[in-house]
Amino acid sequence: MKECMVRLIYCEMLGYDASFGYIHAIKLAQQGNLLEKRVGYLAVSLFLHENHELLLLLVNTVVKDLQSTNLVEVCMALTIVSQIFPREMIPAVLPLIEDKLQHSKEIIRRKAVLALYKFHLIAPNQVQHIHIKFRKALCDRDVGVMAASLHIYFRMIKENSSGYKDLTGSFVTILKQVVGGKLPVDFNYHSVPAPWIQIQLLRILGLLGKDDQRTSELMYDVLDESLRRAELNHNVTYAILFECVHTVYSIYPKSELLEKAAKCIGKFVLSPKINLKYLGLKALTYVIQQDPTLALQHQMTIIECLDHPDPIIKRETLELLYRITNAQNITVIVQKMLEYLHQSKEEYIIVNLVGKIADILVLNTVDTYAPDNAWFIQTMNAVFSVGGDVMHPDIPNNFMRLLAEGFDDETEDQQLRLYAVQSYLTLLDVENVFYPQKFLQVMSWVLGEYYYLLDKDTPEEVLTKLYKLLMNDSVSSETKAWLIAAVTKLTSQAHSSNIVERLIQEFTISLDTCMRQHAFELKHLRENVELMKSLLPVDKSCEDMVVDASLSFLDGFVAEELSQGAAPYKPHHQRQEEKLSQEKVLNFEPYGLSFSSSGFTGRQSPAGISLGSDISGNSAETGMKETNSLKLEGIKKLWGKEGYLPKKEGKTGDETEALPVPQESIIMENVDQAVTKKDQCQVLTQSKEEKEKQLLASSLFVGLGSESTINLLGKADTVSHKFRRKPKVKETKSGETTSAHSMTCSYFSSSSNATYEDDYYLDALQDRGDKELNKFSLNSELLDSESLTELPSVEKLSNCKLSSSPSLFTDNNMEGFHPSQSTAPSVAPETSLASSLLEETSEHMHSELVEVCHNETISVSSYKIWKDDCLFIVWSVSNKSGLELKSANLEIAPAENFKLLRYEPASSSHSPACVLSLALSLSCQINKYIKSLKKKKDQPGTKKNKQNRASGLKMELKPPHGHPQADSGCRRCRHHHQEEGHDPEEPEQLRKLFIGGLSFETTDIL
Amino acid sequence: MQFMLLFSRQGKLRLQKWYVPLSDKEKKKITRELVQTVLARKPKMCSFLEWRDLKIVYKRYASLYFCCAIEDQDNELITLEIIHRYVELLDKYFGSVCELDIIFNFEKAYFILDEFLLGGEVQETSKKNVLKAIEQADLLQENSPSIVLNYCR
Repeated sequence: MKECMVRLIYCEMLGYDASFGYIHAIKLAQQGNLLEKRVGYLAVSLFLHENHELLLLLVNTVVKDLQSTNLVEVCMALTIVSQIFPREMIPAVLPLIEDKLQHSKEIIRRKAVLALYKFHLIAPNQVQHIHIKFRKALCDRDVGVMAASLHIYFRMIKENSSGYKDLTGSFVTILKQVVGGKLPVDFNYHSVPAPWIQIQLLRILGLLGKDDQRTSELMYDVLDESLRRAELNHNVTYAILFECVHTVYSIYPKSELLEKAAKCIGKFVLSPKINLKYLGLKALTYVIQQDPTLALQHQMTIIECLDHPDPIIKRETLELLYRITNAQNITVIVQKMLEYLHQSKEEYIIVNLVGKIADILVLNTVDTYAPDNAWFIQTMNAVFSVGGDVMHPDIPNNFMRLLAEGFDDETEDQQLRLYAVQSYLTLLDVENVFYPQKFLQVMSWVLGEYYYLLDKDTPEEVLTKLYKLLMNDSVSSETKAWLIAAVTKLTSQAHSSNIVERLIQEFTISLDTCMRQHAFELKHLRENVELMKSLLPVDKSCEDMVVDASLSFLDGFVAEELSQGAAPYKPHHQRQEEKLSQEKVLNFEPYGLSFSSSGFTGRQSPAGISLGSDISGNSAETGMKETNSLKLEGIKKLWGKEGYLPKKEGKTGDETEALPVPQESIIMENVDQAVTKKDQCQVLTQSKEEKEKQLLASSLFVGLGSESTINLLGKADTVSHKFRRKPKVKETKSGETTSAHSMTCSYFSSSSNATYEDDYYLDALQDRGDKELNKFSLNSELLDSESLTELPSVEKLSNCKLSSSPSLFTDNNMEGFHPSQSTAPSVAPETSLASSLLEETSEHMHSELVEVCHNETISVSSYKIWKDDCLFIVWSVSNKSGLELKSANLEIAPAENFKLLRYEPASSSHSPACVLSLALSLSCQINKYIKSLKKKKDQPGTKKNKQNRASGLKMELKPPHGHPQADSGCRRCRHHHQEEGHDPEEPEQLRKLFIGGLSFETTDIL
Repeated sequence: MQFMLLFSRQGKLRLQKWYVPLSDKEKKKITRELVQTVLARKPKMCSFLEWRDLKIVYKRYASLYFCCAIEDQDNELITLEIIHRYVELLDKYFGSVCELDIIFNFEKAYFILDEFLLGGEVQETSKKNVLKAIEQADLLQENSPSIVLNYCR
């Protein structure tokens, strides 16, 4: 029997049906001796699955074996329980298994724990009462039992991490012991101590420390230790490293650990082993949102992976790119994705990828990156034609909604629609091409709605095409409904058309009732042109439809009929009852059937029919409209050519602000040119291939992270240095070509053309304050780590500038207002100072903005920022009148406590809402301040700061991925010049990289 | 872990273990597809595969492919080591294992697997302990039950 069973298992594995033997397997487990039992249990575990009915027959055997005195029998029973056990029979064995937790043999305890783990998976509420025993298992003296209990804890913590925070300490201690090699040598694997346990613990810690600073702090040490210990060059150590990195990025961040983890990721990515490379990419994908600069460091590797022969690597790379998509690199990324899409065959991949592309293009309403209409439509066409039939239905719906609702700019919308119409017409021109049904549906809708944009007298041409499609057998009936809806819409615009005639003739005798209905509707509508026009207005797909659900317009008709003796309307159920009572005598029909038939015949309501013919005149379209009106909110505003409104402001603001620096630093740049040239030589010597890759890289990683960290090929210092300098040279020397530059230039030429900035400032003034500052403080840690590398150069730069305007610090006059005639040259140092102040402020407490005093022309408001050792008071002076202010005096009493170093009014106040602002920072001893509240003590080195709102807006840069960065203005300026400018000889592609820096979002800091 | 498959270079299934309940039809479909995909891959390619929403980790030992399906958030490298550890166990048990050992003693391969992995999780990470458990149970094969009872005590 035993032999037979083994053979049966083998047959089953080979693919033959062995179901006749299942019952014998159970019998064998039940009745056989120990040897046969073992095989029987094995056969059961292989043959049956959890929900198999025969499994119930096994329960009794299991219970018997669990009570056996023979260890081996108990083991076998526990093994089978942990593999398959019917959920409803758990109570039968649960107490027995609980007892086994106290068993003297560790193997039994271990298996019991795993059996309970299984129960927890299939019926968590049944094992709730023994959670306390799990804790005992966690503290078991046997490592195996402890390791088994980790599975349960991992699962439970995953479901509810807050309930197990108290165990963090224990897990950390266990991990420390494991890492420290305190476990028996048996558990070593290739001289690495218990890697499985380590990894399980790391995962648990990652879950526990998520968003929880206090818990995370407990584990920093041990994580550091694990990172350090895992040095060996073996797969297992890499597995641990990977898990460590994952954990470090999951828990509350700590900069040192992040740094080390980033290094580890580098090791993975740069490894020649393909498996490690894959994991490196995976890790990058995971951390990319937190730290986009990491991707910049490895961009060349990523580019190589993009062309990797292994499709899996390619796919992971695309996943990574998907996460870093922004306005600058969208074309390249989407192109890469489409390439991959065309190559792949597997449906699952296609669905996934199509979803992602569409997500970038359409669904991602927060930021839409599509650069222009033609590209957008063409890409969508490609997406539809490849993945049309398998894609998620949301995608075409969203696409059509987007076309219908458009963006903020009406002419843009019309162009987009026009382009869509044109491109679809050309697509339909191609003979013998089959488009996916969904694509045809989208086409027919667009043509029906927006064909009028072509300004042709009659839609004859497009009607012919639609007619051809309607006659095509390969088109599904659902699509045909869309097509005929489009025809109906077009007919309302056409005066008369033979094709429509033919079409009506053709389809009024169609076998498809739905089509016949449509054809009849069309026919009747054509007889009443006025009605048709009002029913199918042009370009009204976004308007809400008012549906009179009570059908009040029929009231008159009903009243008339009633007066003429018609029977009053009875509700359906009433009719049903009447009918049943009539038929009570003898009912031959089954009840269910009579229900439906009587319902149909008894339908007297005139409303139903007339409504049907009117409204369903164009059912497909109606459906569309309704969904449109339902989902209207929240889309229009977000989806715009320029992206978010604040973002747009940011761009302009940055550019203007960035401008003044080069003037100041021309001298510096001359010195730097030598360096630049050298760097350029290096670049030139690079092979052509390399260059191509760089181009790709630059177009891909555009706009990522903070600008100066852009490195190519890992030559961090020299290359980034080069980028830093070159642009400035160019900016000051040559005219600008990009729009961004022309903007800065225009500002340059007249320092007073700042109307839009003024508007912006007003806005900013209103909603500045807590919200933004809070945001900054949240990110301060991140910023700190990033700005570390920047600091030296920042200081250098600002020092230089300071020397050029020494009055800034030397002026100690108490009310020293020094109106400066030309703001432009002085703005740069000002902003740099101001921003360095602001950088500090972002991390600290601050009060709300309070208006201090005001009159009809000027209002002064202030808020305070507390720092560790000093207090900053930021004043903002705004001009409420439309008049130009030549100067302003701000007197602060008691005056002897303040030193006001300099103040310059804005020279520009043409706009009615010109705003001046003055930021004063006074550094006092905060503790003194708190004690006396009188600001008695002034530090000798009182800093002062001024912000000229109107000319050099103080702004906050944000990289496009949404991490606000309280960046220093000085740095920002510098970046700007790095990013915007470029050598004329520089290839066009590379230029994109720099332009990327401009897409920063600005927020007001004051 | 969702399941584990062993198959030869010719695409013949040698061992299968499912840790998730699936119907026979599905199992067969998955096996067929996976065997095809894995066999089509070149030796220098990466040992991980994304397949549907699962990650497939596979490794080739001589003419046998070991193939595990894990969830997305699981650690691929350690799964590779699980496979390796299993091979080590087989090797130790059979004494330089070959495909034929597994074909003729596949039930033993299953027993070893059950001692190492239970319900899709690693049960025992110590090689010694696993082998001890197997030996203990194996003594049944050679001895009468009464002796085994004595041994176990």
